[in-house]
Amino acid sequence: MKSWIAFWSILKKDMRTYYLKPPNLSWGIIFPLAWTLMFFIKSGSGFVNIREILPGVMALSILFGTTSMLAVTVTFEKKGRSFERLLLAPIPLETLMLAKTSGAILMGAVNAFVPVIMAAFFVNLGGVAWTQVAIAVILIAVSSTFMGLFIAVSVSEVFEAQTFSNFFRFPMVFLCGLFFPVAALPVFLRPLSFALPLTYGADLLHGAVNGTARLPVALSLAALAGFCVLLFLVSLRNVRRKWIV
Amino acid sequence: MPTDVAIGVHGLAKRFGTVQAVAGIDFDVREGEVFGFLGPNGAGKTTTINILTGLARPDAGRVSYLGRDYTNDVKQAQHLMGIVPDESNLWPELDGFENLAFCGALYGMGSREREDRARELLGTFGLTDAAKRKFGGYSKGMKRKLAIAAGIIHRPRILFLDEPTTGIDVASARQIRHLLGDLNESGTTVFLTTHYIEEAERLCGRIGFIVEGRLVHVDTLANLVKDVEGKHIVQLALNRDPGELMNPLGEAFSGVDFEALPGNMLRAHTAQTLPLGPLVRFFEERGVDVTEARAIRPSLEDVFVRITGIAAERMLKEKEQGRPKGGAA
Repeated sequence: MKSWIAFWSILKKDMRTYYLKPPNLSWGIIFPLAWTLMFFIKSGSGFVNIREILPGVMALSILFGTTSMLAVTVTFEKKGRSFERLLLAPIPLETLMLAKTSGAILMGAVNAFVPVIMAAFFVNLGGVAWTQVAIAVILIAVSSTFMGLFIAVSVSEVFEAQTFSNFFRFPMVFLCGLFFPVAALPVFLRPLSFALPLTYGADLLHGAVNGTARLPVALSLAALAGFCVLLFLVSLRNVRRKWIV
Repeated sequence: MPTDVAIGVHGLAKRFGTVQAVAGIDFDVREGEVFGFLGPNGAGKTTTINILTGLARPDAGRVSYLGRDYTNDVKQAQHLMGIVPDESNLWPELDGFENLAFCGALYGMGSREREDRARELLGTFGLTDAAKRKFGGYSKGMKRKLAIAAGIIHRPRILFLDEPTTGIDVASARQIRHLLGDLNESGTTVFLTTHYIEEAERLCGRIGFIVEGRLVHVDTLANLVKDVEGKHIVQLALNRDPGELMNPLGEAFSGVDFEALPGNMLRAHTAQTLPLGPLVRFFEERGVDVTEARAIRPSLEDVFVRITGIAAERMLKEKEQGRPKGGAA
C-alpha cells in the first residue's frame, strides 16, 4: 500500500480547501499582523523593544493559527462524516493523523514569520540564531497542532472546538513566558508554566533572538519533542477510543 | 475455511452500554453474490457494517475476508473493500472529479490511474457534465451516485452498501440498481443493507434478517419467496379505520389472518382463495364501505413481516422520518 500517495493527497487537499482559502489566509496574515502592531507600538514605547517582543509574538501567532485551524477542520470533517472515509481508507492511523496535521504545522510555521518580516523593516535582526529559530518554530507548530488535534478529538461541534481551545490558549499567553519571564509569575503558578509546551518553545525563541533563554537549549528541545510525542500518542489513543468504538 | 467465502462472520457481538447491538451473529457471504442484510431500525445492521469495515471493534467473534482472519486488524483488509455509507459523505468543497481522484489516492492509486478511473466512473454514472461542479451543489441522487462511484474507484472485491437508494428520486434509484447489477455481474461481492424490500428482492441472491441484534434467518431469495407461494393476500381499502372490527372479523372468517394497515387499509392473508362477497358484505352490514379490493402477490415483504414481526411500511416510515437509530443500529 502506497501510504505516501494518500499522505500527500490529504495534505494537498487540506492546503487547498482549508488553509489556502481567503478566510484562513487573511487570518494567517492579519492575526499575526495585529499582534505585531499591538505589541510593537505598545503604550508609546515605540519600536525600541521590537526584538524583545518578537519571540512572544511569533509564538502567539503559531499557537493561535495552528490550534484554530486544525481543531475546526477536523471537527468539520468529522461532523460532515467525510472523516469516516479517511478512517475507512487502508492507511495507518498514524499516517492519516500526520497527514491531517501537516497542513496546520506548515501554516503555523509560515505564520511565525509574518512578525519576523515586519520586524525586519524596523530593527536590525543581525545576530539572530536562525537555525534555532527554525527548529523552535517547527517544534512549537508541531506541539500546538497536536494540541489542536487533542482538542478536535475531544469535541463534536465546531463551536465547541473554538471554546475548548480558548481554555488552553489564553492562559498560555500569560503562563508561558511570552512577554515576561516565568520567574515573574507568582510562585504557585510556576509549576503550571513548566507543564505547558509553549513555555519551552518561547524560551528557545527568546534564546535564539535575544540570547535571553532561561533554560538550557537541550532541555527545552527535549521537553518540546516530548510534548509533541505525548500529545500525538494521546490524540491517537483518543481517536481509537472515541471514533473507532 | 473455503476460499469462496468473501466475508465470514462468526459469533460477532457488540454491546453499547446496556444495549446488545449485535448478539453473536454468524453468516458467510459467498464470493460474487449480492447478500442482503435486512432489519428494522436499531436491529444492528449499521453496527455490523461498522465492525466489518473497521469503524467499530467487536466485543466478541471473528471476521474473515477471502479466507483470512482479520478480526484483530480489519485495517489490513480495507484495501479489499469499497464502502458506501448510508450518507453521501464526500467533500462538499471538491468537485465530482476531484472527489473521485482523491478517494483513489486514499487507496494508493497513482495520479494517471486514478484520474482515468475517475473519468470512466463519471461516464458510467452519467455525471460527466457535473464533473467540475462542487459536490456540495449536487442533487441527492447525484450525490448518491458519486458516493457509490467513490466506493468502487479502486475496484474493490467486496462492496458494502448501506441504504444505497434511500431518499433519492425514482429515476436515480433505478439507475443505481441497474449499475449495482452490472457491478455484481463483473464479479464484485456486494453486502447490501436496505429498507426497500423490493430492492432486496430485485438485487439480492441471499438475504439475512436481523432483529434486535440477532440474525433470525438467512436463505436464498428463491427459498424465502417459496415459503409464501401458494398464500393468498387480499387488500381492501375502506372508508374508515377497521381497528374496532378486527376481533369480529377474526371470529367471522376463521383461517384468515387480518392485518390493519395505515390509511384505512386492511389485508387478509389466507392459504385458500378468499371469496370477496362475504367479506364485502361483512363490512356493508356494519356501515363500512369497501372502496377498493385487490389481490396481492405474496412477496419478500410478506416474508419479512412474518420473520421479523415488523410491518415493512412502518420500517420504511421510520427510515424516511429519519428517526434516531438508538445507538444500536
